[in-house]
Amino acid sequence: MSILAQAFSWINLRFLLEGLWVTIEVSLISIVLSFIIGLVFGIIRYSKIKFISGIVGFIIDIIRNLPLLLLFFFTYFALPQIGLRTSPMSASIIALVVFESAMLAEIVRSGILAVNKGQMEGARANGLTYWQAMRHIVIPQALFKMIPPIVSQFISLIKDTSLATVILLPELLYHAQIIYGQNTNYMLPMYLIIAVMYFVVCFALSVVAKKLEKRFG
Amino acid sequence: MIHVLVNNWQVFLSGFFNTVLCSILALFFSLVIGSGFAIMETFQNKFLSGFARAYIELFRNIPLLVITMFFYVVFPQYFFTISGFAAGTIGLTLYTSSFIAETVRAGIQSIDIGQMEGARSNGLTYWQAMKNIILPQAFVLVIPPLGNQFVNLIKNSSVLAFVAGFDLMYQGDSLASQTFDTINTYLVVGVLYLIITLPLSYYMKHLENKLS
Repeated sequence: MSILAQAFSWINLRFLLEGLWVTIEVSLISIVLSFIIGLVFGIIRYSKIKFISGIVGFIIDIIRNLPLLLLFFFTYFALPQIGLRTSPMSASIIALVVFESAMLAEIVRSGILAVNKGQMEGARANGLTYWQAMRHIVIPQALFKMIPPIVSQFISLIKDTSLATVILLPELLYHAQIIYGQNTNYMLPMYLIIAVMYFVVCFALSVVAKKLEKRFG
Repeated sequence: MIHVLVNNWQVFLSGFFNTVLCSILALFFSLVIGSGFAIMETFQNKFLSGFARAYIELFRNIPLLVITMFFYVVFPQYFFTISGFAAGTIGLTLYTSSFIAETVRAGIQSIDIGQMEGARSNGLTYWQAMKNIILPQAFVLVIPPLGNQFVNLIKNSSVLAFVAGFDLMYQGDSLASQTFDTINTYLVVGVLYLIITLPLSYYMKHLENKLS
């Protein structure tokens, strides 16, 4: 029992919570940036502009089919080779934004596809241009349909942030490793507590996602 | 980029082989476990369906890396040592089985309830109806989402690199740290992953369009 009491001392718990905060902070920054980029690329892919949509679509497919871990390695270890030094924080955010914006672009595209075609036709028939109809009629309706899958994507983003421990981002898993690095008896308690922390955050979000799906889906 | 591949093709090939092997093993076991829990969740018995639900929610909401590291570093402390490859495959199986269970359950529940009622009223037992009527229909429906789970599984198998699982990512990373030619090595690794994942995900998209 004393091992548990020592492992879950106030100092250790605070250190873990600091890690959890970094996890959430990086995830939040990444999802916001990815949403903006994903929105643009999703619309471009949907709009079937000559050449551009095809190329954008192919790039999205390539990024979606790569392991995220490879992107972390690439931004942290490969970019310095061409003179771009990155900190663990910026390398993580770059890797996550590249990956998640490709994911969100697909969510945006299927959100737009889910809006009834008559909406666009009606808007065009009333004299709006394609882009006016897109901006004022189609996108606002599509946004509601995108909310539940975006929350789901955010959950996987939070889980995926743990991969950034490989480039020394001081997130939750990395902080746990520092603690049990000092005393190997803390291994089991550390893995249990971080599993609980990840679970609480992700499960709470998945309940929200389900509620939103009932409302907007 | 080509010279990196030509000079080290044995290294990449063994990594590629381990990635494929681990993905197939994990796919097989997670299909079995996932389908089991999916069927269990549709039971009337509150305890059994609750247990299945708890299993699914547990492994869906914990990062794969945490599960894998648990088996690699914590498990040997109390039981026996397992190789990185085994730890990675177990982690991948548990994690993926929860997603597969969720997919298969959605498939089972999308089959009209009249199918089960019709089968039962024709004298089949619950299990006969499940095996011969419900599951064959459900599996056709869930093939595209299962294929997407398989693509995710192959990408996720890169966690083996954390536990010295000698997969493609691990081999690429150790090569990069020996040669310092990080960009070209990671590009080769990326292309090798895409060789498996890209055709598979395009094929699943094709199937999805065909079914709908």
